[in-house]
Amino acid sequence: MIQQLPFIYFGGMALVCAILVVVSRIAIYSAMALLGMFVHVAGLFILLDAPFLAGVQLLVYAGAILVLYLFVVMLLNVHGRGPILQRQTPWAIILTLLAAGEMGYLVLKSHFYPKLPAIPHPSVPTLGNTETIGMVLYTQYLFPFEVASVVLLIALVGAIVMARGRGGVSQG
Amino acid sequence: MVPLSWYVTLSALMFVTGLVGVLIRRNIVVVLLCIEIMLNAVNINFVAFSDYLHLIDGQIFVFFVITVAAAEVAIGLGIIISLFRLKESVNMDDYNLLKL
Repeated sequence: MIQQLPFIYFGGMALVCAILVVVSRIAIYSAMALLGMFVHVAGLFILLDAPFLAGVQLLVYAGAILVLYLFVVMLLNVHGRGPILQRQTPWAIILTLLAAGEMGYLVLKSHFYPKLPAIPHPSVPTLGNTETIGMVLYTQYLFPFEVASVVLLIALVGAIVMARGRGGVSQG
Repeated sequence: MVPLSWYVTLSALMFVTGLVGVLIRRNIVVVLLCIEIMLNAVNINFVAFSDYLHLIDGQIFVFFVITVAAAEVAIGLGIIISLFRLKESVNMDDYNLLKL
């Protein structure tokens, strides 16, 4: 039990924060709860022997993406009046229950439930986590890596074009 | 040692939470936040299986998921700003330009 305590803490807090994102009335509170969720998911990554990804999670998600959200929420002056649920909510609840039942069925029926035998560690001498990721990323996954950079470039140009408005050239 | 099924169950619960948020919330910014919850749930799954199988490939995929999430947020927030300029609202029910 004591070994599973970190998982219970990080996983439980991540789940609680995720629920808070959904139920918060004010968008800023949702964004702050999402920050808590990112931090606790980073903790889960550390538990799973992926410290490099935990760092990337904190830097990219909590550092960059969340700040972007906060900028937009404050820019748009979104106030929390009126109902927070949209019109088709009953249908959405039915669909969600279906999806949740399906997912629960799959988890319970899958062959890794409740416990799989542990796979023995490969006997080759392993590098550290970051070195291994770098080695695999720049050799085996080099082409997806380049595609990812093109995706980021398109996102950069697209975001500027979308947010600039209808006037062709901005005066500046 | 935490069993793999715990991670998968947590991931499924978080994914369903994000799904509920996407389907029922009215504020479009919160809907985009809920998509991030779903992406994070998938990332937990990837890293858990990567740890269990002692293969690094799952963590590489998380890397790409984070890249795509960043691109999606940049484009999505640009679209939201454009929509707000057009409709003066962040309410999903007000966006009906494509409705027949």
